[in-house]
Amino acid sequence: MPNRKDDVYGDHISGKFNDELNELKTQFLNMGGMVESQVEQAIQSLVDSDGQLAEKVRLGDKLVDKMEMDLDEEAILVIARRQPTARDLRLVISVIKMVADLERVGDEAKKIAKMAIKLTEEGQAPRGYVEIRHIGTHVLSMLHDALDAFARLDSEQALRIMKEDKQVDEEYQAAARALLTFMMEDTRNITRCMMVMWVLRALERIGDHACNIAEHVIFMAKGEDIRHSPMEEAERVVGR
Amino acid sequence: MNTMNSTVTSNNETTEAPAVPVQDERPAETIIQEGVTVGSPYADDPKFKLRDVEVFYGESRAIKKISLDIARNEVIAFIGPSGCGKSTFLRCLNRMNDSIDICSVKGELMLDDQNIYDPKRDVVELRARVGMVFQKPNPFPKSIYDNVAYGPRIHGLANRKSDLDDIVEDSLRKAGLWNEVKDRLDATATGMSGGQQQRLCIARAIAVSPEVILMDEPCSALDPIATAKVEELIAEMSESYTIVIVTHSMQQAARVSNRTAYFHLGHLVEVNETDKVFTSPDHELTESYITGRFG
Repeated sequence: MPNRKDDVYGDHISGKFNDELNELKTQFLNMGGMVESQVEQAIQSLVDSDGQLAEKVRLGDKLVDKMEMDLDEEAILVIARRQPTARDLRLVISVIKMVADLERVGDEAKKIAKMAIKLTEEGQAPRGYVEIRHIGTHVLSMLHDALDAFARLDSEQALRIMKEDKQVDEEYQAAARALLTFMMEDTRNITRCMMVMWVLRALERIGDHACNIAEHVIFMAKGEDIRHSPMEEAERVVGR
Repeated sequence: MNTMNSTVTSNNETTEAPAVPVQDERPAETIIQEGVTVGSPYADDPKFKLRDVEVFYGESRAIKKISLDIARNEVIAFIGPSGCGKSTFLRCLNRMNDSIDICSVKGELMLDDQNIYDPKRDVVELRARVGMVFQKPNPFPKSIYDNVAYGPRIHGLANRKSDLDDIVEDSLRKAGLWNEVKDRLDATATGMSGGQQQRLCIARAIAVSPEVILMDEPCSALDPIATAKVEELIAEMSESYTIVIVTHSMQQAARVSNRTAYFHLGHLVEVNETDKVFTSPDHELTESYITGRFG
């Protein structure tokens, strides 16, 4: 059942306060968009062996870091000026925490880009790239949906993302097993397979961060902290 | 809490027009239903037990069937927009409304299981037990000493001058004022600063050893430093007194109180732990008010 609380934030008496919170949301979504494209390009550079694109991603991480600091500053100023309460307080605090997740996602993208550069230099036949493409697409859509759930304060979508994270974990395990067999087949594959393994690991972590963002969206919408709780608890809170 | 919410949902047969215009898709928690308060309005072994309280000014009903327990030694804050009835309700607790001719009070109002509105009740004794501090400091145009000594004198609490001196010093100490005024107890109270005058009024209330202190916007005429001193005082006093404070400053309610009660158009909409009210209130209207979305 759609809850009115979830669709709109509503207006404050103070228009300036509205503007500040809207600015915070917009900046956060901008940073989210930037991070999304970092991940997308990092994966692209790897599967296409595009060293130039990988280099661009590596440099782009500086901008992500700057966005993190700007957003934190903005959030601190809102607290200092407005002493937000209830859903406003939950928004500001969640943004501060989710920004850290986005920044980590940015770091993972940078890691993938670095591996792309190394793997390009090695220039052997790609093994495990199917898995990278597959898991990469999956975690990218989770990240996108998490940002979307934030924009619409949609706790049901957030819950779906949390469930998808379990699938990503399984896909990661399966891919790791496959890589292990490649390594056992021919020890000359080991270096290369290890690098691919690192990339998969980075993608799996991106899924975890998307999941963290989803948990914060549920906190913002429902006022209950469901981190470290069983899935049934999250379902109960969202179903309220 | 959830069960209370669901009571609000299921029954749309309100006996009178809801205070807020109802839209079809409006979620249940935005509806006020008479006599229904979400959260936890009741306490075990309360100091005040208040049931179905209604207050009328002539024909108009200012308080609509409010039920609430006030626990011993708790600090409870009453918040809500102007005209929501929080001060009116506060004034029922020591019958301050008696002085208004057209005002009548219905319902069950018990202080330690004794009826506050019992016609045989000695109102002076009641107000000694349930003291009050007002919005504007209102010291008597007398000396600092006499302001504090006034209550104990009329209630016959001190037989000797030295006893009275002790009460005055003790009260001024508790009000955090002793060090500022001990050398000029004979000076006139109206010459003090606003913050000092308000703390003097608190000392005057304490001097008759009350059990409860009602505060009606005690800091609204004070500067931030004087406000901080009064708030500090409230925290200290909560060890020995039950304190009910009406405040327009939500931050103040958040700082000083254990529980917060949200009033709206004569209804008691929500009562919850203060920490809950300011992070994730149960009622939509409470949320709108404390986040500053009320228009």
